[in-house]
Amino acid sequence: MNRRPFLKLVSALTIASALVASAASADTIRIGAVAPKTGPLAGGATVTQWPSIYLWVDQVNKAGGLTVDGEQMMIELIEYDDQTNPGETIKAVQRLATQDDAHFIIAPYGTGLNLAAAPLFDRYGYPQIAVSAITDQQADLSDKFPNMFFTLGTTTALAADVVKVLSDMRDAGQMGDKVAMVNVADAFGIELATAAKPLFEGAGFEIVYETSYPLGTQDLSPVIKGAAAAEPDAFVAWSYPPDTFGLTEQAMIENLDVKAFYTAVATPFPGYGARFGAAAEGVLGAGGVNPESPAFMEYAAAHEAVTGSKPDYWASATTYASLEILAQSIEAVGLDRADVTAHLKESTFETILGPISFDENNSNADFWTVGQWQGGVFKGVASRGRDGTVPVILKDGWE
Amino acid sequence: MDILITGILLGGTYALIAMGLNLQYGVARIMNLANGEILVAGGYFAFIAYTSTQLSPILTIFLVAPLAFALNWLIYRVMLQPLVNRAKNRGQLETDSILATFGLSFIGVGLMLSFFGGDYFSYSFMAVPVELLGSTYGANRVLSFVMAVLMCGALYVWLNWSRAGLSIRAIATAPASARLVGIDVKHLSALAFALGGAVTAVGGALISTYLTLDASTGVVFTLKALIIVIMGGVGDVRGTIVAALLLGILETVVASLLDPGLTLAAAYVMFLGILLFRPQGLFGKKPT
Repeated sequence: MNRRPFLKLVSALTIASALVASAASADTIRIGAVAPKTGPLAGGATVTQWPSIYLWVDQVNKAGGLTVDGEQMMIELIEYDDQTNPGETIKAVQRLATQDDAHFIIAPYGTGLNLAAAPLFDRYGYPQIAVSAITDQQADLSDKFPNMFFTLGTTTALAADVVKVLSDMRDAGQMGDKVAMVNVADAFGIELATAAKPLFEGAGFEIVYETSYPLGTQDLSPVIKGAAAAEPDAFVAWSYPPDTFGLTEQAMIENLDVKAFYTAVATPFPGYGARFGAAAEGVLGAGGVNPESPAFMEYAAAHEAVTGSKPDYWASATTYASLEILAQSIEAVGLDRADVTAHLKESTFETILGPISFDENNSNADFWTVGQWQGGVFKGVASRGRDGTVPVILKDGWE
Repeated sequence: MDILITGILLGGTYALIAMGLNLQYGVARIMNLANGEILVAGGYFAFIAYTSTQLSPILTIFLVAPLAFALNWLIYRVMLQPLVNRAKNRGQLETDSILATFGLSFIGVGLMLSFFGGDYFSYSFMAVPVELLGSTYGANRVLSFVMAVLMCGALYVWLNWSRAGLSIRAIATAPASARLVGIDVKHLSALAFALGGAVTAVGGALISTYLTLDASTGVVFTLKALIIVIMGGVGDVRGTIVAALLLGILETVVASLLDPGLTLAAAYVMFLGILLFRPQGLFGKKPT
């Protein structure tokens, strides 16, 4: 078989594409993105992370690019699927830094994957504006990795504000002090439950039912039945997406009679409201936004127009805000990564969530903590320093 | 009583997950690691049919079954038949088919991602309580249990009393001798594989009424199915049903009486026990 023509063709194509690539990259900003498209966290990243990235790139490029040293530069997005595998996240970040020569890399999705990638961001000097990475270790981490920034809050703040919302309801005489608390036996669920337990006890609540269940449990009815048997006034689940849906459905079926029903991750997803409809009314969940603010409404409309899906009512907007922050910093100081990091530490940025600045621990101190489905929209009912919280309503049955 | 019924309902779910794999592995000798993807695809179909046209999943399964049957028949003929033809013995076929279907599972995930995206898909169908002996259960779980019973029953009757079914069992027992008595092994193996795929996809459509799935969840179901098939004994419908029910009841008993956190541990202890004391599975035949 004669292979020569084929070889010639291949080498010609390779050279041509290399030329095209280098011609294009002369005046584009290469932005790397690595997050799950497959694996256990893919469902969350598909709602929260990827669409906001696509929207941001689309909007920046339609507006003619970013202004760097007086010159308009378009964004070229280089994306990798890490399969929800920390090893793959690390490989992808390394590849983006060394092979693709990315100017900046968007922080990965999920606490574990962000922590896995942090040493590499640090080694190659990339600022890492983490969004979906909630932890209480922000002081230690920012000490170890001075390029790492946090935007979505801390575990303790999320747990403490749930306790506060429930305490306020109890003190107003709306319910008693019996709480059923369950959690998924995985990193974030365990961390939240560990943080919440002493807070509940300190606030004078009686934990009448407490348990954990493995990730991927296919029948949660024993959990809801056990909680129902303890006759709690409030049900709190530090849950992940599939079990957030599963617990809610079981609570509907068992007609779990509580004044407050809380599930954590994925409660603010539009899919939650779509699935449970009127039954979702009054369900409390992690996060929140001010859905009535003009900036959020404009963002949500653009999100749906460009990506075909609705943003969630929590981390989607924060993901977009983290990209706004990056863009503003690049426009202010250029493409030098050390300059951008220094600029991030000292400036205040105007975002769709309102102004954001980073404290001495590289943490954003203003974030949403608890939200509630009210009239088909998930509204923030508790926050740290954000405007637009609405009063909490009682959970009134599942009809 | 309440615990027992909850466990039996969960067992029905597990039977739906594992029944198809049992047919594929027991008769066609294909350890199909893409089993979970077929299940998720069936779920997607039901989801799309329900959200776009309000078509009830009970009706959707009559569409899903022939489609999945055709698809799996094609997969077998195009991709797996060459492996069967070249395999010198059963061990080699198993290794080859594990590798091939492992790759197939990635293709399945990739295809579903590109067509439907990676978002969770979940909808509310019959999420209403039904009362049985004084306790309440989800109507969708009860329905899927009834369907599982019907399907397993039909399969059992077909395998034991129809000519094709008996031939399929003959292949499961002695593939080499089956050919000597005039059974078209090639044809019937393809049939069994396709039938297994159809059963799995129908199971997926039913399961999607109460579980939240996404494009990458298939592997979870593949693993569960593997455990159940191996516990029940390869190639025996009864074994799969009994193992699925046992697993469902055990997990519910542990979750209700001890702690939901221990369900996984309990399931694997039971798996270990069966492997230790009956390595051929509950209903499996000892290799001669």
